[in-house]
Amino acid sequence: MSEREVERHTGDPVSDPGLAEHEFRPTDVDEAAEKRAERQISTLFGLSALLTLGFCVAYFAIPEYDSFAGTNALNLALGSTLGLALLFIGMGAIQWSKTLMDDHEIVEMRHGSASSEQDKTEALAAFEQGAAESGFGRRKMIRNSLLTSLGVLGLPAVVLLRDLGPLPGGLPTQTVWAKGVRVVVDVSGEPLRLGDIEFGQLVNAQPELFYETDDQGQPLFEGSALLNAKAKAAVVLVRMLPDDLVNPESAAMGIDGVLCFSKICPHLGCPISLWEQQTRNLLCPCHQSTFDLSDGGRVVFGPAKRSVPQLEIGLDEQGYLIAMGDFDVPIGPSFPEMYQD
Amino acid sequence: MRALSTRRRHPLAGVVVLLLGLVIVGGLYATLAPRSADADDLADDEDLVAAGRELFLVGCASCHGQNAQGILQTAGGQYGPSLIGVGAAAVDFQVGTGRMPLAQNGPQAPRKEVIYSPEDIRALAAYVASLAPGPAIPGPEYYDTSEVTEDEIVEGGEFFRTNCTACHNSVGIGGALGGGRYAPTLEGVEGVYFAEAMLTGPQSMPVFSDEVITPEDKRNIVAYLEEIQTQPANGGLRLGGVGPVAEGLVGWVVGIGGLVLAALWITKHSMRVRKQ
Repeated sequence: MSEREVERHTGDPVSDPGLAEHEFRPTDVDEAAEKRAERQISTLFGLSALLTLGFCVAYFAIPEYDSFAGTNALNLALGSTLGLALLFIGMGAIQWSKTLMDDHEIVEMRHGSASSEQDKTEALAAFEQGAAESGFGRRKMIRNSLLTSLGVLGLPAVVLLRDLGPLPGGLPTQTVWAKGVRVVVDVSGEPLRLGDIEFGQLVNAQPELFYETDDQGQPLFEGSALLNAKAKAAVVLVRMLPDDLVNPESAAMGIDGVLCFSKICPHLGCPISLWEQQTRNLLCPCHQSTFDLSDGGRVVFGPAKRSVPQLEIGLDEQGYLIAMGDFDVPIGPSFPEMYQD
Repeated sequence: MRALSTRRRHPLAGVVVLLLGLVIVGGLYATLAPRSADADDLADDEDLVAAGRELFLVGCASCHGQNAQGILQTAGGQYGPSLIGVGAAAVDFQVGTGRMPLAQNGPQAPRKEVIYSPEDIRALAAYVASLAPGPAIPGPEYYDTSEVTEDEIVEGGEFFRTNCTACHNSVGIGGALGGGRYAPTLEGVEGVYFAEAMLTGPQSMPVFSDEVITPEDKRNIVAYLEEIQTQPANGGLRLGGVGPVAEGLVGWVVGIGGLVLAALWITKHSMRVRKQ
């Protein structure tokens, strides 16, 4: 049979070369090699067991905070013993299957995956018979009431969603800032005078309420309430040369070039305090939104769609910086409803 | 005593008492009032100032002007900014870390090899401090961390995370800013330069004045930085300390990539012999 005849015969453009001749592994023909492989594999498994025991010993023997080679000794010992133990099990298993397990080739022919015509007609007939016998199409009242009952089953899931918590009440415009609340240094809680802030200075600040206590000496804000309030009320104070301020409205909300802005990015709510004092730009590290604080916090770059909110500040009788009220626009990430009216 | 009491009804007695009171109060205030950072004794050393001016005229005046008044470009920008009022601390920081003299124009002066000797830097600082009051070179109370307690280190960490991490990263590795500028790494920086940078606000960095971040707070920040830079990397390789991006990159490329290569190697290598 010539090649061309084979091609015509099978319909394949390239003739089927058939299976290659089976080649044997050293362990199939050499008994010494087989014994050696057996020893190798059991050594790997044995080492793995030893390392796992080593893991347990290390867990109890090594003190928690000892360091070794610039890292934590305990972490290093636990990681390397357990990691190598798992690695040796894997290496043993692969060596086992590659050298000693049976090695004959198997051929499985491909075949179509569609069902036979007979199966298809039988299945269709069974379905139609079932539909006819149940009267599902005929008894419309039963069908409709069943569909209604199944549909209503979805309601409990919707009702139970209420348990996930109350709807967030109030607009995010509402923070704890109010007229007369002192602006104090974050962490130390020290109140600020105008003279404390130099030109080109950045102060990360908070409302003094977070450092105050009630009659019983308990903090006004604690725990998650403190974190929630802090996450909305955080501000930065910056001082610029009054001549550099190009937005008179914004400049009027501050005193002598000291302006107070929300520390929460109006894009997605990251804390922003990367203030480049020379360009007077405030940069958000998350998505590079850039706000010009000398121009009322206007967006000059990045995905933010609105200016960073500014807090109007003033001085109390003792000369300390205070807020003149709450923010007049929502702080934090923007949301669709914000732009509806 | 008698002489005093006989003249107590003299018409000028009231004036004399008033003057005396003023002198005493003024003298007490001068000695007891907190000394501001502007009082810089470097500028009082006339020889040092003169030596500094000589050095300044050779090395700095081409950009900062003959009298350190700065040079404005015709386009409106600055060729070199005015140094009047920047103080000795700014000079010690900029020249002491090699940022000045500038090797070339760019978005930011990088830290590089220091050109001037410590004595020359002192002289330059004295000259610039003599021009106008400005922050003096901070003393060891700003950076001597030998007696700092653990609590103070923790507080320094709070200040650092509140005020510094936004730009310098939580372990002080530094990070990118806009327009080619960057916050430099804080690794291997001497304590005095931390204090000077906070006091003077070099380049893009804002000022952190002593009234807001007290000298003690500044020292605690330095102590925190020393602590995190010397502590062992308990999580294993730090991968530059730049955060999850580097960890993800190494995990995917080295970790998963290594597994794929290992799997390829395992299936490709299989020893065969011809059976006799």
